[in-house]
Parts: sequence; structure tokens; C-alpha cells
Amino acid sequence: MTMKIMVAIKRVVDYAVKIRVNPDKTGVVTQNVKMSMNPFCEIALEEALRIRESGSASEVVAVTIGPSHSVDTLRTGLAMGADRGIHVDYSASLYPLSVAKILTKLVQIENPGLLILGKQAIDDDCNQTGQMIAGLLNWPQGTFASKVVLDKEKQVATVDREVADGIETVCLNLPAVITTDLRLNQPRYATLPNIMKAKSKPIKKFTPEELNVEIKSDLEIVQVTEPPKRKAGVVVSSVDELIDKLKHEANVI
Amino acid sequence: GSTLVVAEHEGGVIKPPSLSALAAATCLPDRDSSVSVLVAGSGPSLHQAASHAASCHSSISNVLVAESDKFKNPLAEPWAKLVHLSGGYSHIIAAANSFGKNVMPRAAALLDVSPVTDVTGISDSNTFVRFLNKYSYSFSICSFAKVDIYNDYLIFKPIYAGNALCTVRYTGANPCILTIRSTSFPVPQNSADSKSNEASISQVDLSTFDEGLDKSRYISQTSQDGERPDLGNARIVITGGRALKSAENFKLIEDLAKKLGAAVGATRAAVDAGFVPNDLQVGQTGKIVAPELYMAFGVSGAIQHLAGMRDSKVIVAVNNDADAPIFQVADYGLVGDLFEVIPELLEKLPEKK
Repeated sequence: MTMKIMVAIKRVVDYAVKIRVNPDKTGVVTQNVKMSMNPFCEIALEEALRIRESGSASEVVAVTIGPSHSVDTLRTGLAMGADRGIHVDYSASLYPLSVAKILTKLVQIENPGLLILGKQAIDDDCNQTGQMIAGLLNWPQGTFASKVVLDKEKQVATVDREVADGIETVCLNLPAVITTDLRLNQPRYATLPNIMKAKSKPIKKFTPEELNVEIKSDLEIVQVTEPPKRKAGVVVSSVDELIDKLKHEANVI
Repeated sequence: GSTLVVAEHEGGVIKPPSLSALAAATCLPDRDSSVSVLVAGSGPSLHQAASHAASCHSSISNVLVAESDKFKNPLAEPWAKLVHLSGGYSHIIAAANSFGKNVMPRAAALLDVSPVTDVTGISDSNTFVRFLNKYSYSFSICSFAKVDIYNDYLIFKPIYAGNALCTVRYTGANPCILTIRSTSFPVPQNSADSKSNEASISQVDLSTFDEGLDKSRYISQTSQDGERPDLGNARIVITGGRALKSAENFKLIEDLAKKLGAAVGATRAAVDAGFVPNDLQVGQTGKIVAPELYMAFGVSGAIQHLAGMRDSKVIVAVNNDADAPIFQVADYGLVGDLFEVIPELLEKLPEKK
């Protein structure tokens, strides 16, 4: 039996960029800003590739939703080792519920045994999409995964989850949705030969209309602002001065 | 409107993050709102938790008890289904901790609504400009100014690791589902003064509850160290970074925390290096803390770490690199070797009272 794994990836402002709110307060400045694959999505893709390399899966399909630029990110995923890509072309902003509906449709077309996603995107920090797809598909979910063990015979995945007071372990029947936390793995870099090879890997295109997904928005972004800055502090020269300030100025000890 | 708070309980009491969710429920700018609390699980501690819920805030009108072994563990599948079945509310609120983050988006998808997660403030639209000017990053003060349009209020949510603040208006169908950041909705100290105003307790009818939910099974949970104050609620947090160099050296941080009665935190680098377990990580993807005093030792101050602690009242940074970004948010900075500074602090700081 051969299993297919689907991985959803998102193009975001690179994690190292110091972001700036744009002057009209509609969002952050993205012009001339380095864009990259969301780090959690890299971890998701890496996990799928490792499962394929271990022989437990036969194919890894990378999916992205966004404007034409997102194809670059998809190519990065193909260069890391995904077998093929799907690009859902959509330029306007999307909330996680619509993303979940689009991905649900693609799951119904592709029938993967596992859908792996990052637990959150580092732009909107929503942490919703994986859970929503699992709900829409009535699949079990293993969110915030730090370890995934597949049992091909029993068709189950055992997932260690990073939770508030430690590690929780759950066992999920396949098919299932897994969302990745930071310590699941260390993603590989795409090598130059693989970047060249990725250029000829197939990417299938869809639009939300073709997938029969109606994009509705039940949220309105009123504005995006910068958080107030903390006022500048002082540099103390000794432990004694620090203790004195904490005792008599800040009154916290 | 009517609001449902999805609450977690432990040892017969409602957990602190859920009490914050209750505080957020009482913040909704709708004076006539009634608040219900949902608790689930089995055994005597469930009923103790229900009594606790009934008496912990005067605005609670009803406590719903879902009694079944299915809810004994925090599995998303039965919990989301339970929330889905709890119809008729204008709002459903839970804490944005690992439970709420796991369950609520799934429940929202079942209800075909967009949740707003990790909310740090709620305000009616007439007063929000004042809010933005006057208060800092989190909006813990509720406003009850009169609103003409039902549901016309604004929700604040940090994005980009807290480097921007997004103001959202929910325009969809009921219920509006929110998960709230506990540090932004502090629990009133006198929250147990309403014994005379105890809410009614009723059982949730589970006779039609879908039995086909055996696709996931709970296996185990690592036990936590019960001695230290909880990171999320501690008055003082002492955090160590990569510069501690080893798990052995990290004991210095623990010694200092013990002396001050503080909780221990860590950066991602320190957790990745195996100095401490994952549940001590403070940051964008770890825990969000806002103690009265946050002391960072050997922490460089990556934006992902600042996202988890920048709301702290007083920040102290000790680092031997004078250019470390952590000094830009510190109220008191000390450039020095933590291996000299911590022993000196241990010697000179007063014992906790």
C-alpha cells in the first residue's frame, strides 16, 4: 500500500525581517522585503520528506495558496524534495477558514493519508488552519507535534504534542492532520542540483472557483498599528545598583 | 447577547487561564450579556469544579456540566463536537493556551465561522482610539460605554510576533469565537465574593452525542514539576538563554528563581539545546508571560522571544554583549558575565517573604 502525503506551505515575510507597519495602516510593508517559506511549513515539509524516505509514503505533494509569487515558494518546496506542487491562484487576502475550505477540497481530490501543516504562520500568528481542516474533514488532529511515529500496519500515527505543561502523546487513525512545532526536525536546505531539478517538476493550477469554494469573509481588519514602544531604560553599573533600583525605584522585590 | 466560556478544570477548581477567559467574557461591551460556563469530564472533581464555576463571578448565570469519560482528557475531537453542540450563543470564549488553540478553531470550522485567536483586548468602537493612545500593548481595561449597534466592538490581536497590532471587527454569524491571551485579561482578586449570587448548574444532554469519535486516543502526558510557580501566572520570571551553556549551569537560574519565589523561563535556544523542557519556553510560539518582574540572563532578545515577554511590567537584562537587542526593551540593563552576576545576586538579594 502506498501513501501520499500532502503538505501546505505559505509564503511569508522572512522571519529575520524587522517588519514595519505601512503608513495607511492597512498592513505591513511587503515591498522590497525578503519573503520566505513560513518556518513551520519548512518543518512540515521536512517531516513529510523523511516519512517518504523511510518508505512509509510514496509521494509528497506541496500545496500553496496565493498570488503568482507564491509559486517561488512552491518551487523551494519542490527543491527541498516534494514530488509535485499545486498552486491555488488567489490574490486577495484570505482568512484561515477559507484556506481550510480550499485545502479540504484539495484533500478530497488527492486523498492523502496525511496532511501536514505548520502550526502557525509567522505573519498573522493565527494557529487555526490545520485544526479547521481536521474539523471539516472529520479527521483526527495531532497539533503542535514534536515527534511523529507512523505504524503502516495498523494505519495509525503516534504524535507527541508540545502542550502547556509538557508533552502529551496521542494516537490517531489515518488519515489524519498533523501540525508541526519547532522541535519536530531540522529542515534541510535545497541544494543547487535540486533547485535545478525542481524547475521541471509539475505544478498544477487551480482557482477557488474551480474548486467550488466560495470565499466569504466574516472578519474585517479595521487597522494595523505599531505597538507602543517601551520607554528607554537605564544601564546600571553593578549588582548593588541593580538591587537598589529594583527595591527602591521599581518596587518589585 | 449570551456568552459561553469553555473552561478547563483541575483538582476541582477552574484553571487560571479559564478564569481569564471569564474575565474577558465580562469585558464584552454588552451590558445585558449573560455568561454561561461549560465544564466537562467525569468524577467528583467535575462537580467540585462546577460549584467553583458557579460562585467565581457574579455575572455567571449558568454552569453547564457535560459528564462523560470522553472529556476526561483534552482531546480536540470530542471537545470541538461538544462546543459545536452548545448552540445559541452570541460568543464562545476560551483561553489561548494549548487547549483552546487546539479545540476552538476546530469547533469554529464545524460552526462555519472564523474565530479570532490570541485576543489581547476588546473594546467598543467609540472609545478605542482613546484605548490605543492611552494604554500599552495589551488592553486589559474593559469599557462599558454605550453602543448603538449590537456587536459593534473591536477586537485586538497581535500579529508578526507582536510587532504589529491588528484591530478586527467580527461581522459574521453567531457565535463569535474568541481565544484570549490570559496575560491581557487579569483575574480580579475579589472574584470569590459572590456566594450570594450563585449560578444555576445544569447537565448537558449528551444522549445524541456522536459516538463515532474513536479516531483519536489519548496515550499519556509527561508529569510537570509541581514545586515551582506556574510560568503563566508568576509574579517574577527568571529566564536563561543559550549563554548558560549547559543544563548543569542552568541550575543557577533555578537557584535564583527559588530565592525570589519566581518561575523559570527559557529561550528557544536553551530548550533546543536540551537545558530545560519545552514547557518553559517563552516567546512567539511558546508561553506568553507578563509578570511584574522579568529578569533575562544571557538572552540576546530575538523578536520571537520578545513577543513572549514584552508586556512584563519591569524588565531586567544581564548580558555580556552590550549590543544585544534585549537591552532595547530592558528597564534595567547590566552588561556583565552572568556567571559572576548571578552568584552575586544570590548572595545579596533578600530572601523572599
